[in-house]
Order: sequence, then structure tokens, then C-alpha cells
Amino acid sequence: MPERSVTKTQLTGHLIQAEQLAAGYGNRNVWEKANFYVERGEFIGLLGPNGAGKSTLLRLLLGLLPARSGNLTLFGKTPRRGNSRVGYVPQRREVDNDSNIHALEYVRLGLLGNRWGFSLPSQAEHERQAALNILKTVNSIDLAYRPLRQLSGGELQRVFLAQALAGQPELLLLDEPLANLDIRRETQLIHLIHTIAKAQKIAVLLIAHDINPLLPVVDRIIYIANGQVASGKPEDVITSRQLTALYGASIEVLHDSRGRLAVLGVEEALHHAE
Amino acid sequence: MLSSTTASSNFHWNLWLDFQNMWQYAFMQHAFETGTVVAVIAGIVGYFVVIRRLSFAAHALSHIGFAGAAGAVLININPIFGLLVFTSGGGLAIAGLGRRASSRDIQIGTVLAFMLGLGVLFINLYKGYATEAYSLLFGEILGISSSDVIITLIVGLLIIVVVAMLYRRLLFTSLDEDVAEAKGISMLTMSICFMLLIAVATSIAVQVVGVLLIFALLVTPAAVAQRLARRPSTGILISVVIAVAATWFGLFISYYLPYPVSFFITSSVFIIYLIVRVLELRPSFLA
Repeated sequence: MPERSVTKTQLTGHLIQAEQLAAGYGNRNVWEKANFYVERGEFIGLLGPNGAGKSTLLRLLLGLLPARSGNLTLFGKTPRRGNSRVGYVPQRREVDNDSNIHALEYVRLGLLGNRWGFSLPSQAEHERQAALNILKTVNSIDLAYRPLRQLSGGELQRVFLAQALAGQPELLLLDEPLANLDIRRETQLIHLIHTIAKAQKIAVLLIAHDINPLLPVVDRIIYIANGQVASGKPEDVITSRQLTALYGASIEVLHDSRGRLAVLGVEEALHHAE
Repeated sequence: MLSSTTASSNFHWNLWLDFQNMWQYAFMQHAFETGTVVAVIAGIVGYFVVIRRLSFAAHALSHIGFAGAAGAVLININPIFGLLVFTSGGGLAIAGLGRRASSRDIQIGTVLAFMLGLGVLFINLYKGYATEAYSLLFGEILGISSSDVIITLIVGLLIIVVVAMLYRRLLFTSLDEDVAEAKGISMLTMSICFMLLIAVATSIAVQVVGVLLIFALLVTPAAVAQRLARRPSTGILISVVIAVAATWFGLFISYYLPYPVSFFITSSVFIIYLIVRVLELRPSFLA
């Protein structure tokens, strides 16, 4: 089985490929029968209601959780922990209010933080310079010498993004980076991520609640709901028909004059599913 | 005992003479040597204890160690071996509680109380009840033998080597657990290594401040450092400097005043902590 999937991935050249994939904890599947792929450099929105298993997919890709069945390949291989080609920003983390450690030091962790031993002072200086350069690419050089506890939600996300970029990843996994941001900051952050990803040819898998801030940048979306996974272009997946089929309950998608989407009926559908 | 003889020494405002006067006694030399090693180790390990939010676990380990030390006294072996065995066992158990051991306060606290009770029993079974219990609980740095100095030094060097080997990973898992795990660092391995480090550090620190006052060396200096340092390496340095300064100050002053060393060490770190907290209230202080 593994040999077959390796050959297939090499032929198609997909960065991520899932075939009949099921994920879950214990002996319960959170979702199953998922078939999707992600190409190199693609910007993918990962959508779905709370608890649908979006973060679970990231855990599979990080090698923190094995697939319950089916096949998942990343760079043509089974995902493994500590893959330096993957950058990861977990869901908004607690910031230690007693700590005065500068943002720069957190970015530094992304460089050599997973090695044994310690950096000699000259090497540490070198790492700091590299971390400064990465902060520059996320327009956050001004945050370098500020403690994390003083940063706003958007600023924190830029620092975490810099840390993830430090490992020069080919794939970025971002778990709800837009949570708790106002609309203006959402747009700025998405634009920043998109610009960097395109420039450095990094594929992005970004978990979000709402498709609208992502519409200008996503190539495709993966939508997880009701134990099932659908993928495709937003205009093909986020339709009344597709979502009704996915949720197994009536969902209505409305378009406004500026192309924004409103998905109605999800709450009722989830309630119905319980 | 010792304090009554030392209290008779006259203090002159010539600090160098005072120092020489004190330094002629082997027990004071031993106290300074051991105290310095312990303070350096407590400063280093303590910084990680604080940023990993494991101060309660560290506190508990010292109490668990009390039972071991008391047991060792009872069967007539060096208390430090009893300390090492019990704190290491306790450390492994706490690491086994899994991630977020810091939130397992109830389980840890239950074991802590049981172990302290066990220690009380051992001490009671032993004839020299009061003295032994007192020195385990509050430290007896003025009674350190030259072999204890050597043991402390070896153990101290060992801890420094281990911390140096683990440094980057220890830091990553302490500051950013989720990302560190995704980067392939085993949380369980790091947790076990670190709990063993605390166990060993606690065991040697008990000689200086005793099990009840372990916080003063292992947590307070690091807590101050955490609030001040902008880099982890500076944090460790500040933590070590405070712990060493408080220990030296405590030893020096207790030679001339008839009060316990532990008291002077704990009060000096407490005062430093208070000063920093008060200064922090001024908005410009940490900007």
C-alpha cells in the first residue's frame, strides 16, 4: 500500500494527498472518506464549524496523530513529526504575563530551537540577526524588542508567523490566525500571508471560521462538516446544494453585491445532527 | 550551637577584615563553597521552573525529599542519598502525570502531604528528633562536611552539563510547547529530564535552606529574573546572580548575628522581589 501511494504522489506531484482518509481519537472517527489534495504553493482555506475536525487535519499533517484509515501523504511520504519543511502556528496561545522575553527570542526558537545543546554568544548574535530579517519580511521589525505580553492580537500573529517562517517551510499550517482580529486587521494579515506565500512559493493551509476575508486570496478550500470533507474552489463548494449535501440538512448560501457570501442554517444543521 | 560561638565574633566596619576573620573557619569555607554551588544551580534550574510554571511541583519535590532524608537519617546513611532517591522518584511520577503537570496541583499536593507525614514518622522513630528535623526543614549549612562539599560540587557540575546539553530544547518546550512538539521534540522525554534536574537541584539545595524554604533559592530569584530579562540567557544570569548574592549575604551576616542563615537568605531574595514589583508599578521601568 505505501509503495503504491508514493508512486502515485510522485506522478501527480501533489504536496498533500488524501485518499479515503479518516481521522479521529480513540475509536471514534471525527471525519472519514476524505479525498483531497494540495498543490505546491497553493493557498487553501480550511473551513467548517467548531469541532468539525479542522485542527485534527493539521495534527495529522504534523505527524502528531496517525490516520485512522486511508492514506495521507505529505511530500510523497507519510507525515512525520519534526518535518522542517512544515511551519506551524497553533491556535492563539496564552501569553505569559509575567514574562518580559522579547518577541525576537520567540522568532529565534524557530531557527535552531529544536536542536540539542546551546548557542555560543557569537552564534546567538547571528541567529538574532537572522530573526530580525525574518521579522522584516512580516513587516514587524518594530516588534523585535517588545515583550509578547504588550502585543496586540494581530502583532502576536505576525511574530508567530515569523517564527514559523524561520524554518524556511514549503508548507505553512495556520490554525485560526484571524481569531479575535477586527476586519481591517484580518484583511491586512491575510494579505501579508498571501504576499509572502506567493513570493516564497509556500503552500498555506489556513483554518478560518469565515470564508469572506479569504475570498480574495484562496486558490481552493477544504470544507469539513458533519464528519465529511469536501474540497474545491470556493464558488463550487460554498453553494446551497453542496453544503446541504455535506451537512445533510438544508443550508442556504446568499451572495451580496460585492461577492461576499453568507451561509445560513449551519447552527440549525449542527443542532439537527446532534 | 554554632551560632552562639559565632555570635561572639566582633563585627568591624572593615569588611575585608571581617571576611578574613570569618574565612579562617573551615565550616564557614564549606558553607560558602556549598552555598555558592547550590545558588548557581538553583538560579539556573529555577529559571526553567518558573517559565515552565512548575514552582508548585518543585516545592512538592522538596517535601517528598524530606521523607527520603528522614528515612536516610533513620537507617544511618547520608541524608543526601535519601533526598536524591525520593525526589527523583517523585520527579518521575510528576513527569508521568503528563503535559501541564502544573495544573495537577491537587494530586501533587496530596502526595506532598503524605510524604511530609512519612518524614515526620521517620524522624520520630529516630532518637535525635529535634535537631535532625530542624536541619532538614530549615537547612544546616554551617554543619557541612568536606565530603558534602565534594558531593555538591560534582552534582552541581553534572546539572550544568545536562542543562547545557538540553538548553535549546528545554527553552523551546518551556516557552512554546505546542510548536516545540510539532517540531519533533518529545514532551515526555523533556519533562522527565527536567523533573530529574529539579529533583537533583532540590536535593542539594536542601542543605542550604532546608525543604521548607526551597522556594527562596529555586523560585524567587528566577521569578525576579523572569520579570526583568528580555532574553532567556540574561534571565538565567540574573537569577544566578540574585541567588548567589543572597546566599553570600546571608552567610556573611549570620556569622556576625545570632540568627539563622536561612532567614537572611530568604529575606534578602524576598526584599529584592518586593523592590522589583514596586519598581514595576512605574510605567517607564520595563519599557
